[in-house]
Amino acid sequence: MQSKSYIPYLQVAPLAFVFGAFLVIPILTILVVSFWDYDFARIIPDFVLTNYRELLGSPVTLRTYLNTLRYAAIVWVATLAIGFTIAYFLAFHVRSDTWQTACFLICTVPFLTSNIIRMISWIPFLGRNGLLNSALVGAGIVDQPLEFLLFSDFAVVLAFVHLYTLFMIVPIFNSMMRIDRSLIEAAYDAGANGLQVLTSVIVPLCKPGIAIGSIFVVTLVMGDFVTVRFMSGGQSASVGLMMSNAISLLQYPAAAANAVILLVVVLLMVGAMMRIVDIRKEL
Amino acid sequence: MGKDKMAGRTRGINRRTVLKGAAAGIGLAAGSGAITGFPTIWAQNIKNVTLRQFGTGVSNLNAIAEKCKADTGITLQMTALDSDAVAQRAVTQPKSFDIADIEYWICKKVFPAGVMQPMDTKKIKNVDKIVPLFLNGKLKPDSVIAQGTAPHSVGFVEGKDSTRFAKSQTQWMTMIPTIYNADTLGIRPDLVGRPITNWKDIMDPKFKGKASILNIPSIGIMDAAMICESMGEIKYGDKGNMTKAEIDKTISIMTAAKKAGQFRAFWKTFDESVNLMASGEVIIQSMWSPAVTAVKSKGIPCVYQPLAEGYRAWGGGLGIAKHLSGLELDAAYEYINWYLSGWVGAYLNRQGYYSAVLDTAKQHMSADEWAFWMEGKPAKTDIMSPDGKLLEKAGAVRDGGSFENRMGKVACWNAVMDEDRYMVQKWNEFIAA
Repeated sequence: MQSKSYIPYLQVAPLAFVFGAFLVIPILTILVVSFWDYDFARIIPDFVLTNYRELLGSPVTLRTYLNTLRYAAIVWVATLAIGFTIAYFLAFHVRSDTWQTACFLICTVPFLTSNIIRMISWIPFLGRNGLLNSALVGAGIVDQPLEFLLFSDFAVVLAFVHLYTLFMIVPIFNSMMRIDRSLIEAAYDAGANGLQVLTSVIVPLCKPGIAIGSIFVVTLVMGDFVTVRFMSGGQSASVGLMMSNAISLLQYPAAAANAVILLVVVLLMVGAMMRIVDIRKEL
Repeated sequence: MGKDKMAGRTRGINRRTVLKGAAAGIGLAAGSGAITGFPTIWAQNIKNVTLRQFGTGVSNLNAIAEKCKADTGITLQMTALDSDAVAQRAVTQPKSFDIADIEYWICKKVFPAGVMQPMDTKKIKNVDKIVPLFLNGKLKPDSVIAQGTAPHSVGFVEGKDSTRFAKSQTQWMTMIPTIYNADTLGIRPDLVGRPITNWKDIMDPKFKGKASILNIPSIGIMDAAMICESMGEIKYGDKGNMTKAEIDKTISIMTAAKKAGQFRAFWKTFDESVNLMASGEVIIQSMWSPAVTAVKSKGIPCVYQPLAEGYRAWGGGLGIAKHLSGLELDAAYEYINWYLSGWVGAYLNRQGYYSAVLDTAKQHMSADEWAFWMEGKPAKTDIMSPDGKLLEKAGAVRDGGSFENRMGKVACWNAVMDEDRYMVQKWNEFIAA
């Protein structure tokens, strides 16, 4: 027996190696670089706190983080509402397995195209002379094209919701499918009405799915830069965009410091979610 | 990274010793006048050489690579990146390119990092015919040198191994100028509804939510400065090298306008600017000349409006990577000589840019083309783009007129400031505001 004690280590070795090489080492590198100095062309190995001082001392950082958190909160609420509704419909209202699978596949069809294309295709649709405005003006609903539709916070949130709702649907649908149907019947037999079944049986049993979906959506929105840039017409900031700007100007240490802070913030958020819901129950 | 640099340095020394020997030989040859035939000696071998060129999209054109292959046998592999990415790649991956096709303000950042080698002007055939703007900063002997990073100020270094820019013309050029232009605001004449004469017109409340400027800090700040100066809000010592106070003031004016909703969007790439203008989202904005052409070629009216305060100019050139030597270095010189020999110049001139050696380009253009593009005269026949699309009908006149009229009215060049880091920080605050 003694001779086999190394086997579990061998079994975890591949994953440990992958995590070590592609996650732990890069993150440590980012941490180290965040203390380096830089000028316009070089990064200089050093131990300085200027990157953090400049970042944390600037009112822009706070504003940008608040703005990103605001996007994350709005998008979370919207994707949760839409995602839960769709998952509920698929799980409980579509009776036949075939149709359930078919409808679920239809939900995923947009994801066969690239994320960027799905986002950019909103631009001609929402523009001042775009399809929607032409239709609204043509139908006499509005006199002037609606300017807030594109290059605005509205456009950013719309694109996010469109891009990320599926990440909410899939885990919630998965949780719902695992709910023992007899529990629901029992609830009805015990005299519960539809709303009570929803709030007292289905939602509590879906919590792990909701938590997983929320982690996906929140982390994706917190780290995004490309959606914010294109849909706001370069007029709004996000944390990811701040980093992307710094990187494009060779200010790697500043970007690294920002990445470290974003990582801490996102980990705290994920940690908080894990405290509320025990995700392992799901897995 | 530290290790790489060390390795680079040792190799540099080795190469230098080799070059010293070679230089003596070349010096002799040059003295005896034998140097003129030099490139052709290698013509056979050069056919097999591949040069990796990277740069901003403007002159990384496939047509040039194809013609170069046909004329010289040299294969060019071109990579197009945005300005920031080019500077970044040049400094961080100096071995990833052979030829850098970069702007002069990027050169000011990149050359001192020691990733490029200066060129011996004795090996450049048409060096005397290069527009004097790149040699001494003056278009004509009595011109005033414009503000900003004027190309001649970073065009030469003190010696073969130097990375210090020389005050005046020397034998060692950092880059051979290839392409340049004078930028101004683009407008939709059908939608602005009033004459546009000054940079400040972009801030007219009438254009609220219909204006745009570009979000590349080093260039955007210059447009912003042209606007603020035109508004009479700020009088700059040197727009190309602002003080912190000047940067603060400029950014606060732009931020106030942004918060008031003056701007529809900020663009970062050429295509974005074309789409903004063509879709009518924006009717007045910072623009680059070929973007105006691109909007026009969709049948949408667009004018590259000359303004009273003058133009913001930029210039690009070809530089050689430090690691090139031997046959590849010869091929690089051969390529650069070919570049200045006229065909490319004519090609670029026909796109609305300017080429560095005008005499040779003229030989490759029809008299009518030359009159339209360079002399600002009405076109006698339809004007076609190099790839055969109709650009202007007969009778049209180029926006801004002749070469002297446009390049003679340059108010400032794209620049890198001493307060670069501060400026970028402030610019990002403006974008985030």
